[in-house]
Amino acid sequence: MNIVVCISSVPDTTSKINFSENGTTFDSSGIQFIINPYDEFGLTKAMILKENSGGNVTVITVGDATVEPVMRKALAIGADQAVRINRNPKDSYSTATEIAKYLSENPADLIITGRESIDYNGGAVGGMIAEILNVPFVNACNGLEIEGTTAKLSREIDGGKENLSVSLPLVIGGQKGLVEESNLRIPNMRGIMQARTKPLQVIDPSNTDSLTTSEQFEKPAEKSVCKLVEAGNEAELVRLLQEEAKVI
Amino acid sequence: MSVLVYTENWKGSFRKSTFEAVSYAKETAKLLGMDVVALSIGDVSDDELNKLGNYGASKVLSASGIAKGDSQATSNLFAEHATNVKVIVFASTYTSKMIAPRLAAKLKAGILSNVVDIPFSTTPLTVSRKSFSGKAIEKAIVNTEKTIISLAPNAFGLIECGGDCNIEQISTSQTRSVTIEGEEIATGKISLAEAEIIVSAGRGLKGPENWGMVEELADLLGAATACSKPVSDIGWRPHGEHVGQTGKAVAPNLYVAIGISGAIQHLAGVNSSKVMVAVNSDAEAPFFKAADYGIVGDAFDVIPRLIDEIKKVKN
Ligand SMILES: Cc1cc2nc3c(=O)[nH]c(=O)nc-3n(C[C@H](O)[C@H](O)[C@H](O)COP(=O)(O)OP(=O)(O)OC[C@H]3O[C@@H](n4cnc5c(N)ncnc54)[C@H](O)[C@@H]3O)c2cc1C
Ligand SMILES: Nc1ncnc2c1ncn2[C@@H]1O[C@H](COP(=O)(O)O)[C@@H](O)[C@H]1O
Repeated sequence: MNIVVCISSVPDTTSKINFSENGTTFDSSGIQFIINPYDEFGLTKAMILKENSGGNVTVITVGDATVEPVMRKALAIGADQAVRINRNPKDSYSTATEIAKYLSENPADLIITGRESIDYNGGAVGGMIAEILNVPFVNACNGLEIEGTTAKLSREIDGGKENLSVSLPLVIGGQKGLVEESNLRIPNMRGIMQARTKPLQVIDPSNTDSLTTSEQFEKPAEKSVCKLVEAGNEAELVRLLQEEAKVI
Repeated sequence: MSVLVYTENWKGSFRKSTFEAVSYAKETAKLLGMDVVALSIGDVSDDELNKLGNYGASKVLSASGIAKGDSQATSNLFAEHATNVKVIVFASTYTSKMIAPRLAAKLKAGILSNVVDIPFSTTPLTVSRKSFSGKAIEKAIVNTEKTIISLAPNAFGLIECGGDCNIEQISTSQTRSVTIEGEEIATGKISLAEAEIIVSAGRGLKGPENWGMVEELADLLGAATACSKPVSDIGWRPHGEHVGQTGKAVAPNLYVAIGISGAIQHLAGVNSSKVMVAVNSDAEAPFFKAADYGIVGDAFDVIPRLIDEIKKVKN
């Protein structure tokens, strides 16, 4: 089975986010980049599927050379090879088009994306790849088993989950539940050594136009100072919530 | 031309998020001088469909015989009805998030998700959206003829206009691409996405056996319960309750955080709440920097007393 995991390289979750050039550009100075957490669940699932029933795992990223350390990390976790489409991502459609073009030339049985990227939060690339390739898409996927050419999955729905079965090929948007937190893998020394010599192919983009543009970023307004109420005076808190905040 | 809105139902009933999406569609349609058409998927009674008129839909297209969990069939269905449409609106639901991006690629329409307000310009269409997991607000524009907007949770509110709508049953010949085997629904609980009030607790509660007071407080307030990530990772609470940057993003009117330190990843998922209350034994806990109200104290003393005080005012 050929599995392709789409990896987005995102600021570490502890990052303070800043913008430069009048709020038009994300300021990446001092930022540590990581595999998008939702993609990490997908990558681990891909490793487990491969260990259980064989196959090949490719990670793919649309990005410039600065994303390579994150791709090497994915290789150290166990992916067999990496593909970088050499383009700074512009919007979800152009990113999805680049990935879909690669996939139409290098077909996969299972294409794993994340539910959303924690930076742009578009939640769109996976669904778009599926549409361009004309294959099924299951988002917020929190359970997946492969039986032959059929996938048995569950997806999160508001207030519960829905179980589905779908034939491959298929695109999923993964999240926790695909594997558990405790199954996530940290690269070990051997993995890191091997990752250095695993193939990382760089391919030219097709430079599709983007459909949306980010104009300007702002940080949300600072909260005013927290009003502290003495422990023991819970009645006062209730009064404030009723009369001042008017929320209960 | 019109504004099309996806009106999702759960076992035949609409929820607040559906009416919110219709309200949003109506306000956007006003800016554009257009009317609102709602598309409903699945079996919904005429009585229920009629409610959409009250929020601004003038026409409802109702399609049964198609499963909302089948993103390929549903996005094809949407595309069939999108010819004379300028904007397509989706609420922040899991199913919306599955259909909307597919539809965007199909129609080559720019998609903007996590949108928090009606467009502040229509040529080009420009909106504010949440980005960087709530750590930034982004102004984004669409470069295409058609636009797909999907809303951030609880970002807009309801606007009733007392209107009527025409209901039209539509049929579809879309072939099925997935088989729905069934659902597992947590019953009797208010869902996090819909909740106006959320009572959330963290590792400060020491163990799952101590959640009784959290649930009691939530019941009293008509609230949903949530938790921090480590709490669901250890298995004290179900995964569906995990909020934060890597869990659910929520935006209730009131978020009560009990024994939660207020790590940046937790706040990223809850900082759009209108009012936040922190209860923590550590006066230095970062949550007090984000909260509007706080009590420094032991949750095991504070929460039972808070429950008593709320009971007093509720009676
Ligand atoms: C990649 C990544 C993603 C993450 N995503 C998320 C996420 O989505 N959501 C999330 O929540 N976290 C997330 N985290 C984890 C986050 O960094 C924190 O570790 C977590 O939020 C802490 O949970 P907590 O506040 O429940 O526990 P703790 O940090 O252990 O805090 C417990 C708090 O309870 C207080 N306390 C103790 N006893 C009492 C008492 N008797 N009464 C009152 N207060 C008491 C303590 O003072 C303390 O502030 C993520 C971390 C990483 C690395
Ligand atoms: N630049 C990228 N390269 C590869 N995959 C990406 C990229 N951006 C997003 N993705 C994938 O699409 C998912 C959803 O991203 P988004 O639509 O940006 O929220 C991510 O979890 C990744 O799996």
